[in-house]
Amino acid sequence: MRLELQGISKRFGDLVANDRISLTAEEGEIHALLGENGAGKTTLMNVLDGLYRPDEGTIQIGGSPVHFANPGEAIHAGIGMVHQNFMLIPVFTVAENVMLGFERTSRLGFLDRRRARDEIRELSRQFGFEVDPDAVVGELSVGQQQRVEIVKALAREARLLILDEPTAVLTPQETDELFTVMRRLRASGRTILFITHKLKEVLAIADRITVIRQGRVIGTVQPAQTSESELASMMVGRGVELEVKKGPARPGEAVLEVGNLTVLNDSGRIAIDGASLEVRAGEIVAVAGVQGNGQTELSEAITGLALVIGGSVRIAGRDLTGAPPKSVLRAGVANIPEDRQRDGLVGDFTIAENLVLDVHDEPPYSHWGALHWQAIFGVARERLRDFDIRAHSVQDRVRTLSGGNQQKVIVARELPRRIRLIIASQPTRGLDVGSIEYVHSRLVEARDAGAAVLLISSELDEVMSLADRIVVMYRGRLAGPFETASLTREQIGLLMAGSTAAAERTGETP
Amino acid sequence: MSGNTSPASAEKPARPPFLQRAVAVVLSGNTVTVTFLAFLSALIVGALIIIPATPAAVRAWQSFWEAPGEAFLQSWWAVANAYGSLFLGSVGSPRVILEALGSGRTSDIVNAFLPLSETLVSTTPLIMSGLGIALAFRAGLFDIGGQGQMILGAVGATIAGFSFPSLPAAIHLPFAILAGAAFGAAWGFVPGVLKARTGAHEVITSMMLNYVGLNLLTWLLTTEFVQAPPRDQAISRTVVAAARLPHIAGPSLRMNAGIIVAVLLVLGVGWLLQRSTLGFRFRMIGANRDAARVAGVQIERHFTLAMTLAGMLVGLAGAFMVLGVDYRMSSLYGGTIGFDGITVAILGRGTPLGVGLSALLFGAFTAGGRTMQVNTSIPLYLVQVLQAVLVLFVAAPGVIRTIYRIRLARVGGRVFGGWAG
Repeated sequence: MRLELQGISKRFGDLVANDRISLTAEEGEIHALLGENGAGKTTLMNVLDGLYRPDEGTIQIGGSPVHFANPGEAIHAGIGMVHQNFMLIPVFTVAENVMLGFERTSRLGFLDRRRARDEIRELSRQFGFEVDPDAVVGELSVGQQQRVEIVKALAREARLLILDEPTAVLTPQETDELFTVMRRLRASGRTILFITHKLKEVLAIADRITVIRQGRVIGTVQPAQTSESELASMMVGRGVELEVKKGPARPGEAVLEVGNLTVLNDSGRIAIDGASLEVRAGEIVAVAGVQGNGQTELSEAITGLALVIGGSVRIAGRDLTGAPPKSVLRAGVANIPEDRQRDGLVGDFTIAENLVLDVHDEPPYSHWGALHWQAIFGVARERLRDFDIRAHSVQDRVRTLSGGNQQKVIVARELPRRIRLIIASQPTRGLDVGSIEYVHSRLVEARDAGAAVLLISSELDEVMSLADRIVVMYRGRLAGPFETASLTREQIGLLMAGSTAAAERTGETP
Repeated sequence: MSGNTSPASAEKPARPPFLQRAVAVVLSGNTVTVTFLAFLSALIVGALIIIPATPAAVRAWQSFWEAPGEAFLQSWWAVANAYGSLFLGSVGSPRVILEALGSGRTSDIVNAFLPLSETLVSTTPLIMSGLGIALAFRAGLFDIGGQGQMILGAVGATIAGFSFPSLPAAIHLPFAILAGAAFGAAWGFVPGVLKARTGAHEVITSMMLNYVGLNLLTWLLTTEFVQAPPRDQAISRTVVAAARLPHIAGPSLRMNAGIIVAVLLVLGVGWLLQRSTLGFRFRMIGANRDAARVAGVQIERHFTLAMTLAGMLVGLAGAFMVLGVDYRMSSLYGGTIGFDGITVAILGRGTPLGVGLSALLFGAFTAGGRTMQVNTSIPLYLVQVLQAVLVLFVAAPGVIRTIYRIRLARVGGRVFGGWAG
């Protein structure tokens, strides 16, 4: 089914999220929509999905113009959306989730589960999903849940599938499997709009790539006639250094020593199961892994935020197991939290206030319980300049900044202190390429200045390019450490999926 | 929506709980325009109540078909008369004030300034209870226990005020004030420490303590220790002269030193919130609890502290009513000052200056409402309706925006939080 967008514009107040976007996806084509966060991809998808109505422009499907008042109409027109955050009910089975909203009943008014099951089996066979219709969704892996979403769309006879950042939550192997499914879907004549910001993936799978930046189409290219660096500069609007420049590490004594750590998560289940880890001064150790395998709890346990029920955390020789966050911060730990808006910043506070969140009670920012605003503003102005935070003034509310600038505020707060250990959790998630470059170079700088860096990331590229040593986290356990050079992407991928066989084939460093 | 949450980490709530969001809307949402329009709307709603409550206007409407002009004229008169009385009772007549000043006769001046004095007398406890609730607001806490804290403050001040008949005023008055503050603080400490230690919600615990406080007062007024002899009425013993607040505008006006203390408290709480590290932490917790915890703030300790300070401020409201105006307590003492603190805090958006101004407005409503009740057939309840409607419009800014079709870019950005990406 051919999709044609012509001159789609969508504004929110003064903000133009989509500016006269035109693109055509042919029948049986995988069309990638590439752009940074904030470029307008999601807005465009919500226009296609019937959630937003465009201010201007037309949508044509199979040659005839359509107008969607709501997502239901988009589904009827054959558009199937697979959201980044799955819209599944965890306590229902696969079949029940697929039926949901389109329940068919038998003559007596009972739900016709058998037909749903048969349908799922048929789709599974056809496209190679391997989805069990009777499995409870909450017990499936993230990759399997994603397939349920796709099955759901197909069961509703979608001819155009929109996949919004589908690989963000997958291991490299699961990504490959998804690509296989996508190719089969293409062969069946379905059109796929593949939304992503990952350059390698679009080059691997897409037939054509449309790049958007600041709400506008920059161009449509074919993978064979372009390269990663060309796509990156189209995305960002300038030349970009994709490789992180760093020399060899000169590790010193151990700064962070985690021994046999066991941690419970918020719901009281074991999130970390006897993990041990060492980070030395002057090196970057990365914790790789698919999201949700205990990485969040690892950083929270080290910084004193999670409930440690066994094992020990030592920082610079001091036992700080279960110590309150303040003591950990005082021991020279810089913390770049995973969810910057929830844990790292106070959105309604100004930049200046956010820059002293954790040091507001220390001189020169305060004496005897009274804040020294002059000192706070003075330092804030310096940081604004030194860390290239784009804002009108230090009195801007952090909420109004872009994600990249928000992250720079956190970096500007955490790194200039006298620090021994940096815990950086997903430090570049959701950032534009320029900000990623920036954060990476600051982390390498801090390493070279003698700090120990613990990088927790689910972006394999980031792990491979930044880390001196790598550990892989799977279901609360750690595999490794491995010297970065001794591992291939495939081996890390297998470890991320829990395979221990991969570990045996590589030389584990002591 | 731009991909920061994954299904795997979705166990934690993406949105803060309802009350926290409600507080955030009240504290951050609004502009002066919205407040002004809310005020205007409240006056219009009030007018619609005044007309059917005025017999002359009702009669005119009953004979609408004979004389339609008369119906509108009578309605206009009813509304103008009611709001006019409200103004005269709260501010006074500018002409009378000028003439009295010109004549120089003390009795004339006193009479001319009586309405302003009454307004300030009503304003004083409202500022204090409003400040307490607002302080809790800023730390992300909903203190519904103002009523109990106010009563306990009055109890503490009364007992200290009648118990030591031989103390000199320089010691007795501060001591009575401190006793009120301490009793109120205790009534705030309990929900605070319960929240910190057990996670019990402060809305529920502080609300329950209102009933405990109210019944405690009722019981105290039957005891030999508190009840005034000959013990045939539910009235407390009377605070001795040494523990009473001095009048600051002559003996015949009720205006007392309480208003000065109230203004100082506005400045003090303002300093606390904007200039002190403690206030910085309160605001941090109120604006983003998670980030405060990550930044090393001991949330639980600050919950207790904020509720204790809030209880202390609200307790002062009760103390200053006893020591400045009534000198003794009766059952149901203090009316709804504790609850009114919530409305004052909401209308003042949780800022000390805002609290001061809204308390002044509500104080004027109260003082003027009494005059209105005397001069017209409109009951004092109208004033409460006006206050309620005003706060309703302020607390639900969407209503005002819909009525007056105001578009605020900020709010747009929030509603469509997912445009990016």
